[in-house]
Amino acid sequence: MPAKASRAAFGEALLELGATDPRIVTLDADLSKSTMTAAFAKKFPDRAFNLGIAEQNMIGVAAGLALTGKIPFAASFACFIIGRFETIRISVAYTAANVKLVGTHSGIAIGEDGYSQMGLEDIACIRALPNIPIIQPADELETRQVIAFAVQHQGPLYLRLTRQNLEAVSPAGYRFQLGKWQKLRDGGHVTIVGSGGTVYNALEAARLLAGDGIEADVLNAASIKPLDEEMLVASARRTGHVVTAEDHNVNGGLGGAVAETLGETLPTPVRRLGVQGFGESGDPKGLYAKHGLDPGGIAASVRKFLGK
Amino acid sequence: MEPARLEAIARECRVQIIRMITHAGSGHPGGSNSVIDLLVTLYFGGRLRVDPKRPDWDDRDRVILSKGHAVPALYTVMAKAGFFPESLLITLRKLGSPLQGHPDRLALPGIEAATGSLGQGMSIALGEALGLRMRNSPARVYCILGDGEIQEGQVWEAAMAGPKLGQPAHPLDNLTVILDYNKIQLDDFVTKILDLEPIITKWQAFGWPVQEIDGHDFAQITKALDQAEATKGKPSFIVAHTVKGKGVPSMENNPEWHGKAPKPAEAIAAIRELLGVSTAAWEDYLAKDSATRAIVSELAALEKK
Repeated sequence: MPAKASRAAFGEALLELGATDPRIVTLDADLSKSTMTAAFAKKFPDRAFNLGIAEQNMIGVAAGLALTGKIPFAASFACFIIGRFETIRISVAYTAANVKLVGTHSGIAIGEDGYSQMGLEDIACIRALPNIPIIQPADELETRQVIAFAVQHQGPLYLRLTRQNLEAVSPAGYRFQLGKWQKLRDGGHVTIVGSGGTVYNALEAARLLAGDGIEADVLNAASIKPLDEEMLVASARRTGHVVTAEDHNVNGGLGGAVAETLGETLPTPVRRLGVQGFGESGDPKGLYAKHGLDPGGIAASVRKFLGK
Repeated sequence: MEPARLEAIARECRVQIIRMITHAGSGHPGGSNSVIDLLVTLYFGGRLRVDPKRPDWDDRDRVILSKGHAVPALYTVMAKAGFFPESLLITLRKLGSPLQGHPDRLALPGIEAATGSLGQGMSIALGEALGLRMRNSPARVYCILGDGEIQEGQVWEAAMAGPKLGQPAHPLDNLTVILDYNKIQLDDFVTKILDLEPIITKWQAFGWPVQEIDGHDFAQITKALDQAEATKGKPSFIVAHTVKGKGVPSMENNPEWHGKAPKPAEAIAAIRELLGVSTAAWEDYLAKDSATRAIVSELAALEKK
């Protein structure tokens, strides 16, 4: 499969699933061209609602629709979704409304628009809510699997999608399961855990490291909450060193979840790679390099971590 | 139902509100007693399509008490309507009780949404009204807002969307939003914190048909709800002028009683005032009214704890 943004795969999957499941509706806040729900809105105008630039109301309306049996996908940039945390907390989570919150344009990979448009704290916030799983697919195939799963799953979900194209990493025939990760590479010397936009970079880093004789396990953590404790612990037990790489603030995200889990079950040295401080405008590649999330940066962190 | 009968039910509910908040030791008597006549008219005016045996009935009418802090009032009408035994009322706010301090949808069947974080209920009501319209359900949605609550920005996002959402195929004329305009919020009178006026023209400017009523006059409430139901093509808004703490003269129109539980002795006096009995006649009254006598002795026992 060619590289594709997970927001684009989301838009296509929704269009297909919407044709057979009339319960699916979309809600937008004036970003449907960016979140890629616009095609759904064009095909199913009676089931697509653009609430204007009013995300709190959008999320609340989605909750109400869910309470009458609809399956609402409420989409905006990840930063604007999470900016309405209090509405998510009460109207969606505590109310247990079957809303699929979709945060696109996650991370510094959006590039030039700069920090105010970058979703960098969304995982940390949603992790603190008791009943909302967090899923971040790494490529087109996985995104399609995840959207199909979201329709079937009864209960709120948070889907974290990218603006940028993602190279295919999932094996053919892959099936997404909540709480299950994919081991994309079997190494044994170190564990690299990526999610979404960093998974391909983790694989590339592993190839660089292999040139130095360092063989890495590469895990795709699409299911950030709940994470795959079994796979994480098994890999950590074998390698003794775990590196997480995520396009999110370095605190409170995937790395935090991994460190918390290992700290309680199998204390293991962990290096968390993520965004330090605020993001900024720039080209996405340059930003990934600056924050050490490109293949070279991840590989360098691994070498330093292992003392090699 | 006759206004006199609704009034009698509302009086019983007010007694229960005072009783349960006193047992809880905390809560919001003022706003509960301002909204109770609206809730009693909804639940007992022969209007609401609900079935306590089937709280998840697809075509039930929905009541969303967006001003969730007044939930003791909702609990009293729900108990009276048969959603749960009245004996549960005094478990309000106690550990393990389904009667949470603010509405919890999962804890108590018949509660439609978690509310109490102010400003959120109307958006949920819009979504429910839309979802019901989309499948041609006969059900209606009622949303009750507090006056201080509408200082929240989300309310105005919802206000802007209400008359537009679902048009033209699914206008939300199955939605009635009621403002419990008791003029007091936690810190002080609303006019002293952030005045809402001109409230009628604001909602009209947002595209809502607005009615203005006395929220303690059962005939007016009934008529306004009828008219809202008859309005086609748009959701309706009712500004119900109410009195905070209504029914207990010592609590009426007093910001002190927004969020404070009466002490047992104050509660007993409040119940006496609610029932319109003089101090002199109280002992004789209690001798004849065993239900009230039980409530009063229970409260008196609380004093000794």
